Amino acid sequence: MFSRAYKTAVALPPLLWVTVFLLVPYLLMFCYSFWSVSASQSIVHSWNLDNYRRLLRVDVYWQTLLRSMWIAARVTIFSLLLGYPVAYFLSFYAGRKKDLLYQLVIIPLWVSYLVRAYAWKTILGSDGVLNTLLQYVHVTKHPLEFLLYSPFAVVLTLTHIYTPFAFLPIYAALEHIPRNLVEASHDLGATPGQTFWKVIFPLSIPGVVAGATFAFVLSLGDFLAPLLLGGPSGIMISNIVVSLFGAAYNWPLGAAISLCMLLLVVSLLFLSERVERKWSFS
Amino acid sequence: MELLVSDNRLDSGSRWLLFHAVAVFAFLYLPIAILVIYSFNGEGVGGFPPHHLTLDWYRTLFADGPIWDSVLNSLQVALAAMAISLLFGVPAALALERAQFPGKALFRRLVLLPLILPGIITGLSLLMLFNVMGTQLSLMTIILGHGTALISVATTEVFAGLQKLDRAQEEASLDLGANYWQTFWRITVPNLKLPIIGAALLIFTLSMDEIAVSFFLIGRDNTLPLEIWGRLRRGITPEINAVSTIIFLFSLVAIMLWYRLRMRGEAGADAGVEIVEAVEGNAG
Repeated sequence: MFSRAYKTAVALPPLLWVTVFLLVPYLLMFCYSFWSVSASQSIVHSWNLDNYRRLLRVDVYWQTLLRSMWIAARVTIFSLLLGYPVAYFLSFYAGRKKDLLYQLVIIPLWVSYLVRAYAWKTILGSDGVLNTLLQYVHVTKHPLEFLLYSPFAVVLTLTHIYTPFAFLPIYAALEHIPRNLVEASHDLGATPGQTFWKVIFPLSIPGVVAGATFAFVLSLGDFLAPLLLGGPSGIMISNIVVSLFGAAYNWPLGAAISLCMLLLVVSLLFLSERVERKWSFS
Repeated sequence: MELLVSDNRLDSGSRWLLFHAVAVFAFLYLPIAILVIYSFNGEGVGGFPPHHLTLDWYRTLFADGPIWDSVLNSLQVALAAMAISLLFGVPAALALERAQFPGKALFRRLVLLPLILPGIITGLSLLMLFNVMGTQLSLMTIILGHGTALISVATTEVFAGLQKLDRAQEEASLDLGANYWQTFWRITVPNLKLPIIGAALLIFTLSMDEIAVSFFLIGRDNTLPLEIWGRLRRGITPEINAVSTIIFLFSLVAIMLWYRLRMRGEAGADAGVEIVEAVEGNAG
């Protein structure tokens, strides 16, 4: 029913825009990662693998990448541990309050990242709300210094930010489970525990994988929370990239690290879709 | 599932779940509540218990020129980004639903990628583009960045709306002699009114709050989040709590409006789930 002209008219403008502002920039990032910086601080357009060799040889790069992955992994685990039971509770037990509670989980998702990260800074600082509260009720005599400017603060803040992201696909997966399966399991004499582990949980795995991917990927690339709350020991890989694009002025090396992150993210997305397909029952 | 709730065997389990859910809600909302409370605290951003409740920080805030300049900048950016995202996101949804063309799968993934990609990658790749093109960084570059990244939001929302749309109306319009242009404006767009307004609201809110992409594309003029960010590095006062409280209230209003729309469009819709599902489908 739609003519060729119509299809061209709707497809061409976004196609061009996306090519210029998404595809070309990614390709440029790819190109930059093979270039280098001269002594006079200009970009040398000669192609070589030096940046990638440096990433493998210089400890601080891959160690920071590993630390970022470890931080992201902890954020993912905590987000799932917090998000899953809430999703399960809402989907199976909340009754008529379900929609309201669902919205309450989602609202923080759209509320400023900066506002939430800043809130944690005011809570965790040595004169912060938590430390002064602990001293007020005489639990501690001196402020706990490890609360702020530590990987702990980064993990806590990112968990706060990404728990709704983890919750969302899990809840969607649980909502898609046909309720008669659960009732059948129940009627056939399974205990609630058995029903959960043998029926509900396996069917929710695609949601868990999607939620985990969200939490991991988004926290892996974060650089603002580490800058605000991480201190020297909470530095993540994106912070190195930021400094390479700023004061350290080595765009090509920064591009190489970014490209590694991009590849890591895209392969994770690919992998998680595979797993989701394998486990989805519909 | 009311049936399960009334089942005695599940009582201890569901009680534990309820307790867990309450704890998670507290975890999600307590920091925001504390932020709001301390915006009225005369003594600074920390210190328990809060005392000397005051509106001084709001007074300071309203007299703070640079903050309001940055608010105006952010409004400009958000409105322009909204226009770009809709201008390209709506046709993109139509193309994905109705046209076959080479590279369609790649196109779909590219459009949606900025939703899941850490902002630093989107920001830096655009920074390199502008550098190569010799474009001076300014609010314009931030607009292009937001506009491009948020096409994904417009496309997912409108695509979901299109799938529920009955094509018979458009067909009738074409049969009765209207051209595609007339059919688009008189039939397609009015039918997609709710998803389009919903997308516009979301894009606006997300752009107002965005910081990771803007961080790399900023010129001389700050957006509101970057202005706040700059102040955070210089030491903090409850004035930042006050402005955060106001941002929070505005986000809340926008989100409420958005939910209202969604509820009207499709009773009990899974708000936000479409975006998640689109992103999931994006990977393969």
